[in-house]
Amino acid sequence: MDLTDQSEHKQFREEVRKFIAEYRHLAPGDTAHSYRLMPRPYSDDVRNWQKLLVEKGYATRTVPTEYGGFGAKPDILKSKIIVDEFFRANVPQGLYSQGISMLVPTLLEHGTEQQKKDWVGPTIRAEVFWCQGYSEPNSGSDLASLQTSAIEDGDDFIVNGSKIWTSSAHVAQMIFCLVRTEPDAGKYDGISYLIFPMDTPGIEIQPLQTMTGHPSFNEVFFTDVRVPKSAVVGGRGKGWKVANSTLAHERGMLSSANMSLERLQKIEKLIKSEEISSHPTVETAALMDRYIRLQARVQGMRFHEMRLISDAAAGKPSGLGDMVCKLLGCELNHQLDALAIDILEETGVLYDGIPSMELDGIWQQLHMYDLGLIIGGGTAQIQKNIIAERGLSLPREPRLGQG
Amino acid sequence: MEFGLSQEQLLIQDSFRGTLERLVTLDSIRTISNDSQAMDNDLWKHLVELGLPGLLVEEEDGGTGLSLFDAAVVAIELGRSMAPVPFVATAVMAPLALKLAGSTAQRKAWLPEIASGKTIVGMALADSVTGAGRGTAVTAANNRLKGRAPFTLDAAEADVLIMSDAENNLYLVRADASGLERVQTPTIDGTRPLCEIMLEDVAAEPLEGNGKDHLAEIINAGRIILAAESFGASEEMLRRAVDYAKERRQFDRVIGSFQAVKHLCAEMAAELQPCQSLIWYAAYAFDRLPEEAQLSGLLAKSHMDEIGRFVARTATEVHGGMGYTDLMGLHFWFKRIGFNRAQLGTPEKLRALAADLQGLTNTSAIPRQTAAAR
Repeated sequence: MDLTDQSEHKQFREEVRKFIAEYRHLAPGDTAHSYRLMPRPYSDDVRNWQKLLVEKGYATRTVPTEYGGFGAKPDILKSKIIVDEFFRANVPQGLYSQGISMLVPTLLEHGTEQQKKDWVGPTIRAEVFWCQGYSEPNSGSDLASLQTSAIEDGDDFIVNGSKIWTSSAHVAQMIFCLVRTEPDAGKYDGISYLIFPMDTPGIEIQPLQTMTGHPSFNEVFFTDVRVPKSAVVGGRGKGWKVANSTLAHERGMLSSANMSLERLQKIEKLIKSEEISSHPTVETAALMDRYIRLQARVQGMRFHEMRLISDAAAGKPSGLGDMVCKLLGCELNHQLDALAIDILEETGVLYDGIPSMELDGIWQQLHMYDLGLIIGGGTAQIQKNIIAERGLSLPREPRLGQG
Repeated sequence: MEFGLSQEQLLIQDSFRGTLERLVTLDSIRTISNDSQAMDNDLWKHLVELGLPGLLVEEEDGGTGLSLFDAAVVAIELGRSMAPVPFVATAVMAPLALKLAGSTAQRKAWLPEIASGKTIVGMALADSVTGAGRGTAVTAANNRLKGRAPFTLDAAEADVLIMSDAENNLYLVRADASGLERVQTPTIDGTRPLCEIMLEDVAAEPLEGNGKDHLAEIINAGRIILAAESFGASEEMLRRAVDYAKERRQFDRVIGSFQAVKHLCAEMAAELQPCQSLIWYAAYAFDRLPEEAQLSGLLAKSHMDEIGRFVARTATEVHGGMGYTDLMGLHFWFKRIGFNRAQLGTPEKLRALAADLQGLTNTSAIPRQTAAAR
C-alpha cells in the first residue's frame, strides 16, 4: 500500500489547482447529472468546458492522443487528485454519458482503426451524442434473446425491429445497437454490434414518459433501415462479446464512486445550510447518524474503486471486486437521495421539474432516477445472480430452451 | 504506487495464515472457550516466534518495527482463524502508548518484554473511550490510584496494565501490585474475557509524555485493528456459508442453487468487498495521513461493525438449524464479531464522534469525557 504524494504528484496537484483558478470562470452551471436526468443537446458552455478538460487531460485522460485523447498512463493517485481538487473547488468535472463512458472504451477495445479515428475524438469532446440500442420489449434481463434483425443485402444490412428504454434517442446523433445478423446461429452467436446515424431513413422515435416527468428514454422502431456492413464493431456474429464489454463499462459508469461523492458533498452543504423547525439540521442526531453511515459507504466505494484500478494496472484479475460495484453503488446513490429529501422535510416535496443542480427539486428527481438505475443496466437481482454464480461459484440458474 | 498489499505484506499474511490454519481448530477454540481459559498458551508461543507481539515494537527494542497497516493484515488473519490470543491491547495499543507517551526508560523497560511475548499488557481505557462512566472513575494522587476500571482488554493474563485516570492521564500499573484486585468477567466470546480492575491506593507509574494528547491516537489504532479482526471473521463466515450452500441438499438440489439462498450469499460478499479497502485505507491513514486518520478509523470501525453483524446473522441463517447448533462452531465467529462491536465504541457512538469531528453536531450534546477520545 503506497499512496504517497511523491513530488510528481505534489506538482500535479499544483497544476490542477492552477488550472482551476485560471479557467473556472469558463465552467458551465450544468453538470453531467442534469443531462442524464433530462437529455438535451449540450450547451456551448458545456461542450467548450469538456473540450478544454480533454485537451488538458482532466477528462478521458487515458484515451490515446491519436484518437483525440490526452494519452496519459493510468495513475490512480492522479485521478484521485483531479477528483479531489475539482470537488474542493466545486467546478464540474468531465462529462460521462453512454458515448463517452461506454462506447469509447468499447471502440478502443474492439473497433477498427477507422471507427476509432472517426468516433472517439468527437465523442469525448461531446460533439456527438450517442444512444444505446440494447433492450427490446421482450428482451430485458434476458438481453441475448433479442430479435431485431439485420439481413444482409449487398454491402449493407437491412435492420427491422424495435428497441426500448433507449435513453437520449431523441437527441442522439448516433446509436450503438445490437441486432441479430445470423438468425440460424445460437442465441449468443448470432448477434452483431452496429453503429449508425439516428437520421438514417426508417428510424422512428417515440418518447417514453418516465416517473420523473421527463421523457429521458424512448422506444425506437426500425423499418428497413439500411446500414453499411462497415458499421459492425468487433466482427459479424461477435456482438455478444462486444456488448458485454460495453455492459461492463456501463456498470462502471452507473456505480462510479464520484457520483456518490458528489451527492454526499451536496448533502453536507444542505446540512450546513438547512434548518428544521428553526433548529439547525445538525441538531437532529438521527439524520447525522444516517449521514455518517452513508459517508462510510461512499468512502468504502471510493477506496474499493482505487483498489480495482490498482489491481487492473498490476494485471490482477478483479473477479468479485468488479461485480459488486453496480449493486452497491446504485443502491447507495438512491439512499443518499432519500436522505437529502428527508433533510429538506416539506421543502423536499417541491418539484419544479427543472433539472438544475442548484435547486432543491433535484433530489426528488434523483431519487426516482436512481431507482431507475437500480433496475436498468442489469437489475439488482441479476447482479446478485452474477455475484453468486461467477463470483462465488454457486450453481447457475438452469438455462431453459436454446443455449 | 499501489492500493493493496506489498510483496512483504503478502508474505506476512501467508506466514500467519499458514500457522493459524495449522494450529487453530474448532477443538482448540472449544477447549479455551469451555475451560474459561483466557488464551491458548501453546498457540501464543508459536505466534511469538512469528513476531506477533513485537509487530509495532522497533527493531532496537526487539520487535520488527512494522506499521499499523501490517498489524491490520495480521489482525484479519487472527479474526479469520478465531485465534484465542490477546492482540489489540498487548500488541497494538500498549506498544503505541509506550512509544508515544513513555519515557526512554519506560520504553526500554517494557517494549522488549512485550516483543518477546513474556509480558502481556492489558489496557483499561473503557471509561475514557465511551464516557459511559460504568466504573468509578480512577483517580490519582501522588501516583497512587483509586477506583474501579471496567472492561479492561487483554487483562486476564496481563502482567502489567496501562490505565487512564479521570483526567485521561496514562499510568503503568503492575497487575500484582498491592491493593489491586482483578476480577475476570466472562463475555459472550468465551475466548475473550474482560476484566474489572479494583484499585485501592495502588502504586502507579505515570507515562511521562503527556498521555492525554495521545489517547485519541491509541484508541484509534485499537478501533482499526478490531475492525480488521471482524473483517477476517466475517470473511470466514461467508466462506463457510458458501461452502455449506454448495453441499447441503434439499428438494433434490443443493440449497445454493436456490436464488433465495444465493442472494443472501451475494449480499454478504458484496458488502464485504468495500470493507476491506475502507479498513486498509484507515490503517494507511493512521501510518501516513495523520489529518485523515481519526475520521477514517471512526468510519472503518462503525461500518465494519454493521456489516459484521449482517454477515454474522446471515451466514448463520444460510446454515439453517445447523448454524444455530454448537456442532458447527459457527457461533464462535458470530460472538467474536459481536464482542468487537462493543469494544472501543459502538457504531452509534463512533458515528456521533465522526459527526462531531466534522462540525456536524451540536457539540454541547456530546458527553464531556469523550472529548479526549475525539
